[in-house]
Amino acid sequence: MSTDYRRLTKDGLWDNNIVFAQALGLCPLLAVTGTASNGLGMGLASTAVFIVSALMISLLRDVITPQVRIPIFVLIIAVLVTLVDMSMNAWVHDLHKVLGLFIPLIVTNCAILGRAEAFASRNRVLPAVVDGVMMGLGFTLALVALGAAREMLGSGTLFANAALLLGDWAASLELRLIADYKGFLLIILPPGGFIVLAFLLAGKRLIDRALAARKEAVAGEPAGA
Amino acid sequence: MSNTAPAFRNRISYQALLLGGFSFIATALLVLGNLATVDAIEERMREDLRASLSQVIPASVHDNDLLANPLAFEDDNGRPLTVYRGTEGLEVRAVAWEIVGKGYAGDIRLILGIAANGDVLGVRVLSHTETPGLGDKIEASRDDWILGFDGLSLGNPPIDRWKVDKDGGQFDAFSGATITPRAVVAAIRDGLEFFKRHRTALVSPVVITTPALSQESAQ
Repeated sequence: MSTDYRRLTKDGLWDNNIVFAQALGLCPLLAVTGTASNGLGMGLASTAVFIVSALMISLLRDVITPQVRIPIFVLIIAVLVTLVDMSMNAWVHDLHKVLGLFIPLIVTNCAILGRAEAFASRNRVLPAVVDGVMMGLGFTLALVALGAAREMLGSGTLFANAALLLGDWAASLELRLIADYKGFLLIILPPGGFIVLAFLLAGKRLIDRALAARKEAVAGEPAGA
Repeated sequence: MSNTAPAFRNRISYQALLLGGFSFIATALLVLGNLATVDAIEERMREDLRASLSQVIPASVHDNDLLANPLAFEDDNGRPLTVYRGTEGLEVRAVAWEIVGKGYAGDIRLILGIAANGDVLGVRVLSHTETPGLGDKIEASRDDWILGFDGLSLGNPPIDRWKVDKDGGQFDAFSGATITPRAVVAAIRDGLEFFKRHRTALVSPVVITTPALSQESAQ
């Protein structure tokens, strides 16, 4: 059985992106994306859980029977999230103070259970892990895009507090785009999350449509000639 | 999950054992994870607490570790209250404890530091769930409103002025979020009154039970 890793990559990052195509995992997505840094932190923590859960579930796919698979998947994911939560609290405490409330939300990310059920439990380890990486990165991409858009519109900054996440060098990433910006509260509050997400979803569809049209034009030319 | 799986996998006892086994492994992993992180987490919590305390009890008024010898006290409702003391020698120079205000969207936890003479040394917000952009001006990192309490006491301003300006008091109620500053002012006022009622107990010299030190204090 050969696996098309390019397909997996493209699916995870764009075509079948958890947020932009499947519209899954919106609970953690909307809760944390007030800033791009929060989105990045949440995305990386989720990616870690994606990868390890895909690895474990793929390894155990011949042991786990279909009848009890769901409780076992939930158990594996819940244990992983708890371990991530505890280690972040112990070793990246400042970031945990910002994200701590939301880390347990990773359990509610149905996308992780969804990939476990739909992909990891039916595939060999390597494709399962690659799928986990790509789905995780796709989710991170969505979180950072939404966080950056909301942060720029809502607070006029970009990557504020990135140093908490990435260490002191990241302080240079922190931008104040508009000096003395009074802020746009709506965008920071939960309704703003939905509004900005709607624009991003619409944007993705426009891009997809433009790409499809171009493909058609290229494919159409030889036939017309 | 292929069709060639051995027959025992369909037995109910296999399912039960499988689920039980996974629960056992999960529990074991969580125990190990907890053991590996519990000390580090506790240390981080103490660092946080020490950082908050040092903001409301300035280093100039005490020479001890603020976390050392906390006083186990009881609040007005009989609930345990930990009072941290800044001391010089055995004399208590300042006390600090956690106060709670009823905010717009839940509890506002603050830490209040009071000098032995009853003056406010400092107040800082520990956690709150107020509206971002409106109620969060109570945070010292966003606005210096909270610093305006430094140096005040129960008589300064008089007790009927210990309110937000909307209620006839002297504290600025920032527009759009009156409930938040009202809750903070009330919590600080209650804290000062609590201090007044229990002053003797709160600032009585530290009793240390270590033999060498208690001998020294007896001299």
